[in-house]
Amino acid sequence: MALTIVDYQALATRLATLDEVKGRSLWADARVRFMRNKAAVVGVCLLIFVTLYALFGEYLAAWAYEDIDWGIMGKAADMGQPSLANGHYFGVDDLGRDLFARAAQGTRISLIVGLIGALISVVVGTLYGAIAGYVGGRTDLIMMRIVDILLAIPFMFVVILLLVMFGRSLSMLFLGIGLLSWLSMARIVRGQTLTLKGREFIEAARATGVPTFIIITRHIVPNLLGIVAVYATLLIPEMILLESFISFLGLGVQEPLTSLGRLISEGASTINYGTLWQLAFPLFFFIVTMFAFFFVGDGLRDALDPKDR
Amino acid sequence: MAPTDTTLLDVNDLGVRFATGDGEVNAVNGVTFTLNRGETLGIVGESGSGKSQLAFAIMGLLAKNGIARGSVRFEGAEILNAALPTINALRSNHIAMVFQDPMTALNPYMRVSDQMAEGLIHHKGMGKAAAVAECVAMLDAVKIPDAKGRVRLYPHEFSGGMRQRVMIAMALLCKPDLLIADEPTTALDVTVQAQIMQLLADLQRDLGMATILITHDLGVIAGFCREVIVLYGGRVMEQSPVDPLFYAPSHPYTRGLLKSIPRVDQQGGDLYSIPGSPPNMTKAQKGCPFAPRCDYAGNDCRDHLDPLVEFEPGRKRACNRSIGELA
Repeated sequence: MALTIVDYQALATRLATLDEVKGRSLWADARVRFMRNKAAVVGVCLLIFVTLYALFGEYLAAWAYEDIDWGIMGKAADMGQPSLANGHYFGVDDLGRDLFARAAQGTRISLIVGLIGALISVVVGTLYGAIAGYVGGRTDLIMMRIVDILLAIPFMFVVILLLVMFGRSLSMLFLGIGLLSWLSMARIVRGQTLTLKGREFIEAARATGVPTFIIITRHIVPNLLGIVAVYATLLIPEMILLESFISFLGLGVQEPLTSLGRLISEGASTINYGTLWQLAFPLFFFIVTMFAFFFVGDGLRDALDPKDR
Repeated sequence: MAPTDTTLLDVNDLGVRFATGDGEVNAVNGVTFTLNRGETLGIVGESGSGKSQLAFAIMGLLAKNGIARGSVRFEGAEILNAALPTINALRSNHIAMVFQDPMTALNPYMRVSDQMAEGLIHHKGMGKAAAVAECVAMLDAVKIPDAKGRVRLYPHEFSGGMRQRVMIAMALLCKPDLLIADEPTTALDVTVQAQIMQLLADLQRDLGMATILITHDLGVIAGFCREVIVLYGGRVMEQSPVDPLFYAPSHPYTRGLLKSIPRVDQQGGDLYSIPGSPPNMTKAQKGCPFAPRCDYAGNDCRDHLDPLVEFEPGRKRACNRSIGELA
């Protein structure tokens, strides 16, 4: 099959005018793939909606979250149902406080708790696990035994002690949740790091002569992004649940502040009196938030893997 | 060979042991060689003969359970078992390595530019932009078309051959004095293999760096190296300049290897292969590791192996049989 001169000339012009090969950034690439994932996009939209409600819901409410509507107080079952006329869009709670404003405020607290817990676990847990796994040997042994010991201590006990000793406050609650949240992340990350450590590109990085810490932060950690993203999005709901349990014990968020967990438990306890809305609205926001995080986590995992096209 | 001014790498009685669950493995025993600036050395051997561990020991990249003995002097300074900062200062800057499998040796989460520039930024203190410009020039040198655009790609956007070029370019960026290429063509198909070897040979000549080429392919050695070490079971069987090794192999194992190369001028018939399989390295080694597979082995071969002796200027062999007996 001989090419004629004309073919060669055509080939030459085609080569000369060939488009430059363009690389795309990891994030631009990830965004495109994320956008292709319908469930994840829906999740993000839901999250935006919930966040907007949490941030600005109180400004739309006709009542402040801590104000009691004295006219309805005690008669919630008869008069407290959702109504546009009296400004209680979601009805009122057992004490006659506006549920629209309270749900907005509760969602805000729950989101903050979830995000802070996840943030601590992502930063501390990832670094801790990656260092333990990569350095290995005695360092690994000591670091992971510390994690084991912390996991073995009954967590509720520690939180209760903290809150009793240093007084109940939101920051103590965050500290308590922060203490716990990174432990399981560190374990997962360490396991992943062990499998990564044996890979040839880590060996190649070592052969370049860059120091250990740079290898951990530049070569190990980015390769963990996928699993960390998924696990973090699973952690957020877990943290929200944890907070609601602590609040349920009377140690977390204090009245008149509230959280989704508290609202749900209050709504559940009054369900016998026919005040279904007291459970339904907080539960709706809770479920929507959970689902949204799950979808987003799934989408992130797929999007952050550059080999996946 | 006594170390001289031009000596770059002086390896003396290098041994590598691994403590494994099945007992101690002697992966490399008593390897001695010197490498001058700008020279090329080939290390040949079957899988498991200790070639890669030899390279890892020089680079200080042995696994945690590996123990290296002996001495490796680079420009006169001992680098075997050196502290991490010492060896890190040498890595890539003075001694660079090309890895076996280009498909796994690049970090999938990093742009090629970031990965390549890392060494330059770290060792030469270059700014990011200057380092990337250098990377582009080097990618050009290894004949990657449109290097400027491709440097911003991720590894998975390259083919196998291109990735190996990237690996080579990466290794050469800091203009090392010594390049260790660990089976650089094993994972590539035959046509690409030839291109990569040609490229390595050209670059080696142009940059004048000393090169250690590790391979199981004698054909690759023939076209590239000046001197050859034949390893078997972690021991040096024969050490010789490349031409006499091919024309007059002095060791039964080398002869076996040479006979196993398929030749174009031989039609039909089965391809020769050395009977048996490489030794189990967990067993304590006594005698010649090749003895069980050797046509010339006698009882004495199972008990001891004569040390490496120079039988001709520049050529050494370790065998209980004299060359005359092998005829």
